Amino acid sequence: MDREDIMEMIKESNRSVTTGMDEKDIEHWVTIYVMGKEYRVPAVLTVMQAMEYAGYRFIRSCGCRAGFCGACATVYRTKDDYRLKTAMACQTRVEDGMYLVQIPFSPAQKALGDIESEEYDANVFLKWYPEIARCLSCNTCTKACPQDIEVMDYIQAALRGDFEKVAEISFDCIQCGLCAIRCPAEIVQYHVGQLGRRMYGRYGLPREENVEKRSKEVTDKKFDEEYEKTMSLETEELQSVYVEYQKTREVY
Amino acid sequence: MSELTFIDGYPEYMYESIKKVEKTRDRRIGKLVPQMSQKQREEILGRYHPDYTEGGKRRIKHGRNEGDLAPNELVDLLEALPLVKEDDVDLDKTDYETDVLIIGGGLAGTSAALLAVESGIRPERILLVNKLRHGDSNSTMAQGGTQAADRPNDSPVIHYIDAMGGGHFTNKPDVVRALTEDAPVVVKWLCDLGVLFDRNDDGSFVELSGGGTSRKRMHACRDYTGMEELRVLKDEFKNRRINVLEFHPVIELLTDGGTVTGALLWGLETHEYRIVKAKATIIATGGFGRLHIRGFPTTNHYGATGDGIALAYRVGARLLDTDTVQYHPTGAAYPQQIIGLLLTEKLRTSGAQPVNGDGDEFVFPLEPRDVEASAIIRECYGNGKGITTPSGMRGIWLDTPLIDIINGEGTTRKSFPGMVRMFERFGIDMVKNPVLVFPTLHYQNGGVETDPYGNTNVNGLFVAGEVSGGVHGKNRLMGNSTLDCLVFGRRAGVAAAEYVKTSAVDGKLTLDHLRAYVEMLKSAGVETKRRAPVLLPDYRGRAVLARMIDVL
Repeated sequence: MDREDIMEMIKESNRSVTTGMDEKDIEHWVTIYVMGKEYRVPAVLTVMQAMEYAGYRFIRSCGCRAGFCGACATVYRTKDDYRLKTAMACQTRVEDGMYLVQIPFSPAQKALGDIESEEYDANVFLKWYPEIARCLSCNTCTKACPQDIEVMDYIQAALRGDFEKVAEISFDCIQCGLCAIRCPAEIVQYHVGQLGRRMYGRYGLPREENVEKRSKEVTDKKFDEEYEKTMSLETEELQSVYVEYQKTREVY
Repeated sequence: MSELTFIDGYPEYMYESIKKVEKTRDRRIGKLVPQMSQKQREEILGRYHPDYTEGGKRRIKHGRNEGDLAPNELVDLLEALPLVKEDDVDLDKTDYETDVLIIGGGLAGTSAALLAVESGIRPERILLVNKLRHGDSNSTMAQGGTQAADRPNDSPVIHYIDAMGGGHFTNKPDVVRALTEDAPVVVKWLCDLGVLFDRNDDGSFVELSGGGTSRKRMHACRDYTGMEELRVLKDEFKNRRINVLEFHPVIELLTDGGTVTGALLWGLETHEYRIVKAKATIIATGGFGRLHIRGFPTTNHYGATGDGIALAYRVGARLLDTDTVQYHPTGAAYPQQIIGLLLTEKLRTSGAQPVNGDGDEFVFPLEPRDVEASAIIRECYGNGKGITTPSGMRGIWLDTPLIDIINGEGTTRKSFPGMVRMFERFGIDMVKNPVLVFPTLHYQNGGVETDPYGNTNVNGLFVAGEVSGGVHGKNRLMGNSTLDCLVFGRRAGVAAAEYVKTSAVDGKLTLDHLRAYVEMLKSAGVETKRRAPVLLPDYRGRAVLARMIDVL
């Protein structure tokens, strides 16, 4: 196959995701309701892509488009189901009869302070976020979490002052804010998790010896001579040094 | 679609191929295809890499880089008219007076702000502006890790050699030295701020290899490395009470003669302009994945439209290595909802192998990215051994079940919660079954030329992160992008602070450079109605666009 033809074929096979979709390419359709208004959209798309197909061009509620940033937190209901469900719009396929609304922003308050001057003390959580004492243990936050994090469990751990548990349980949090929006006690869970992780990282974990030592060596200019020598090599010489290192490669 | 029978989330015909992959799995464990020689690498790049294949690039016709090759989509951006004319705006009324203006709030911009504060700039004299939210960036999406040579059998100099080799020895040496020498310092800095890198039971870092690295030096936070690093830096940024403005992209830099003196912002929601005066300006706007170079899907975030490179070129900044683009070997090819999204290289580092539709291995799993990507394209289009999805994409298998087999049950879920979650949401269990992949547009290798301190050739203008060029040469290694942002974000913050204190002058705010730029386009024979920066991609359906009218 000709090389340019290959590039053309690749381009063509990706057209539906790199530009807006064309009606003639669509086999299956579903009907969705965006804030109550009905739209007919391709069945293969995510909520986000379907809204774009319908004519929305996002400013809010769209960030990484890959499930890492929490910008597209979405509340929705499916056909014949009374329950409110939550998800990331970029990570959820449309369903026929879906009613949806995107949450553009969580009006949550973050406590400001200085981690550096803080004591590694169990009361830090209550000092920064006293409202966690209002937790009703209703588990609404956990049910709302699109990352399936046991949110209530880490709030309970925060109440006990258990930094390690807070850090471990909350780690995969993408800070979308759905927990805080649903919480009847008005706790801002995701900021509490952030505080816990930073405190644990700063004070709970041991200093890592290798990096402590190496960064001091760098500050002490230990590698100056070796750098200068390596940087003075001609390209061919550097190439052979490179090949030698590749031969002693650590793979797994 | 409804005509197809699905098994474990895959159409039956794809599942039959998975059975072949399962059959060969035992014999593939511990037996890898050998690495390619330098000559083999050059050959495969020349034949199958999008950068080296005719039709994707043209020469820049104007400005400092006249005669250089760049992707058509980037040249389009440079050969575009400004969004505003000089008469559209009143530059006499300044909205924000700052010492340091930082454009872009990913790892580079946020690090720059923190280090500018440490270097003595008051937080209220800094302004970080974002096109979308603070933190909406490719940094957040970085999965695999951050390189730093800190183990006893490694050294920053070996890291330097690996980075030079990965970049085909075209990288700028002094900048690569800064990258690799600062790395351990940066990782320690992050630990002190509370970043949770993966640890062994004895408290030491879990460190893995990456494509083209000769030593294990990848520091990861599960598969959420960039997100963890950035959310900590953002938290510290807020605690320091540094000024931030969101949903206000820069649409033009402001200049006085040859010096950058500020920027013109545009409210994405409210459409009014605002004027920032700055003694020093740092561009940290990231890359251009959303321009979909050569029609490839991308791993990049929604705002990655290459704004910074267009803005900088208009004020006379010099670009470097604009001719190469990084295609990540393993983007998702199935299901359709996630086409192009990143499947971290850490999967291959942890034992996952690329395998063709017959279940056969065909490439060493950890070649540098450009080589690995070319091998996958060859397997699909040259050798015809790929699998074609219902949407018409071709791909090969990434045999992810190997990760648990090699490292023990539960490893995949523990080390790759983000990946597992993404596939689960679309009905696929990557612990049990392989996933289909094809190269995806990932990274802007080149950009605005910088020295080791973020200085550009333009007075008052600094750059850091993906928008810059030189440090990765023609190809970046895994784990060097988050590192690039952190190292040069910090360095640019320090350098900008120093510049403010020593050399900055109280300049005028003008758009004079635009007239010169438009003249230059005209005399280079460029006739265009295109306008830049493009700010956001447009994925609206064709049917809607065809009938759209503006009446309100």
